[in-house]
Amino acid sequence: MAQLSTIRSRIERKRAKFAYLFAAPWIVGLLVFYAYPLFGSIYYSFTNYSVIGKTSWTGLQNYIDLFRDHLFWTGIKNTLIYAALEVPLSVIVGVLLALLLNMRIKGRGMFRTVFFLPTLVPVVATSIVWEWLLNPQFGLVNAALNEIGIKGPGWLGDPLWSKPSLILMSLWGIGNAMIIYLAGLQDISKDYYEAAEIDGANSLKKAWHITLPLLTPVIFFNMVMGIINALQVFTLPYAITYGTGKPADSLLFYSMYLYNNAFLYMKMGYASAMAWIMFIIIISVTLLIFRSSSRWVYYQGDD
Amino acid sequence: MKKSLASLPTLFTYVLLAVSGFLFLLPFLWMVSTSLKPSTQLFVYPPVWIPKPLEWVNYYNAVTSIPFFLYLKNTLVVASCATLGIILSCPLVGYSLARLHWRGRDTLFIITLAVMMVPGQVTMVSLFIVFSKLNLVGTFYPLILPAFFGAPFYIFLMRQFFKQLPKSLEDAARIDGCSEFGIYMRVMLPLCQPALLTIALFQFMHSWNDFVGPLIYLSDEKLYTLQLGLQQFKQAYNTEWSQLMAASVLVAVPIIIFYFFVQRSFIQGITFGGVKG
Repeated sequence: MAQLSTIRSRIERKRAKFAYLFAAPWIVGLLVFYAYPLFGSIYYSFTNYSVIGKTSWTGLQNYIDLFRDHLFWTGIKNTLIYAALEVPLSVIVGVLLALLLNMRIKGRGMFRTVFFLPTLVPVVATSIVWEWLLNPQFGLVNAALNEIGIKGPGWLGDPLWSKPSLILMSLWGIGNAMIIYLAGLQDISKDYYEAAEIDGANSLKKAWHITLPLLTPVIFFNMVMGIINALQVFTLPYAITYGTGKPADSLLFYSMYLYNNAFLYMKMGYASAMAWIMFIIIISVTLLIFRSSSRWVYYQGDD
Repeated sequence: MKKSLASLPTLFTYVLLAVSGFLFLLPFLWMVSTSLKPSTQLFVYPPVWIPKPLEWVNYYNAVTSIPFFLYLKNTLVVASCATLGIILSCPLVGYSLARLHWRGRDTLFIITLAVMMVPGQVTMVSLFIVFSKLNLVGTFYPLILPAFFGAPFYIFLMRQFFKQLPKSLEDAARIDGCSEFGIYMRVMLPLCQPALLTIALFQFMHSWNDFVGPLIYLSDEKLYTLQLGLQQFKQAYNTEWSQLMAASVLVAVPIIIFYFFVQRSFIQGITFGGVKG
């Protein structure tokens, strides 16, 4: 018996060696491509690093400059407004589309593909199509609005309408979230509905008292991912405005100003300070939602 | 009477689906329609849906105004190398995290999960500094090299997949005198082909559609990927709507066709994190 256990532990030790060997690439990757950049950016945020030229320690100067930089505040404001509108809207639209697809219908696969296809379109192509669709004079959208007697706005050219335009484009790419909602809906046990039917509940009541509460874990997941992504919104507004954030800085999002500082003005220390402030904002918002989740997220099988 | 009442909500569902489906398809239809228009039919009211004549030459102009095939080649090189890297590294790490016992394993797994939550833009600047110190800025390496060292989400997917394979398989192989690496290569890896396919797909599509990476690291036009090329094309010819649409169709269509072949694994991969994770 004792012999057996020594043999076993010898095998385990031999296997452990392989285990480290197998995991080694990721341990290196973790250190070089994640840990160092993450902690390195704290260090760089206290310097005036710029790739070229001498680097010196500047203490809190970057942070002090940032708080006096009005474009920094513009970026924060634009990003928060965008996230506050985009995230709830995409939850509502995503859940509604998933609910529709979850009905007993023919051609579900086809509809699912139709809603999913836009997510496959590369961002630059998306920006080209929508800039043309939303063209104030010759665009299809304003032509359609004109048909019903509404004079369409200037969309991407109008500081007031540029963010709604961007949100419209991002809703076109809702397919990913919708697929996750749909999988969540199909995960809900049929027993709940049968029990409710016996109690005489109608469809609306079933949706409100069974479907929605049991979908909350998936809504929670998509909301967290949605917020993290919305706070980092970059590619679409960059592709549309070539990094300028026009008109009137209304599309100058935080990440775009960060990018411009780092790679256009080569103020890498300054950009690192921005990155850390962004990290703290994202973590705080995520923690807030996590904390709120015990009040509104229900798990199947929990009492 | 009862029957018609019951089918009313169903009818309503179909109408809603048809209308929203049409709205989602509209940009595609408009993109294709515009790409085939002669310039005289671009700025007319009411809008023309089916151009007369179909101006196929727009496609020719689009691929000759920019070095389209060079950009395509660059994109394919980056995407296939990064995909290869992911396929080599992530299953290996996932296997180690799922099926081998070693000290620090669970800590590494938790760190891997935590890293998934770190926003890319926080590390973007210092990652650039790393690559500039390695003298690799302006090459494809920053877009390829990290893949060979694993990516947290794919490692997580692979780990979950390996975890559900029965223990008896590896025991049998071990009794037959198979080496640890042999167990991995010949027994375990072939069994997780679906998961491998999923991560390969994700990475390929990610590299194909990536805009930020090439934007940061590539400055020489000869090395541009399709996404950068398209952006540059847009900036230079921003009123040539037909040509721009033709180029957009050419960049989007391969990925859409690709998707139709691999739909199943793709959808499974997306729902994995949200529902079963």
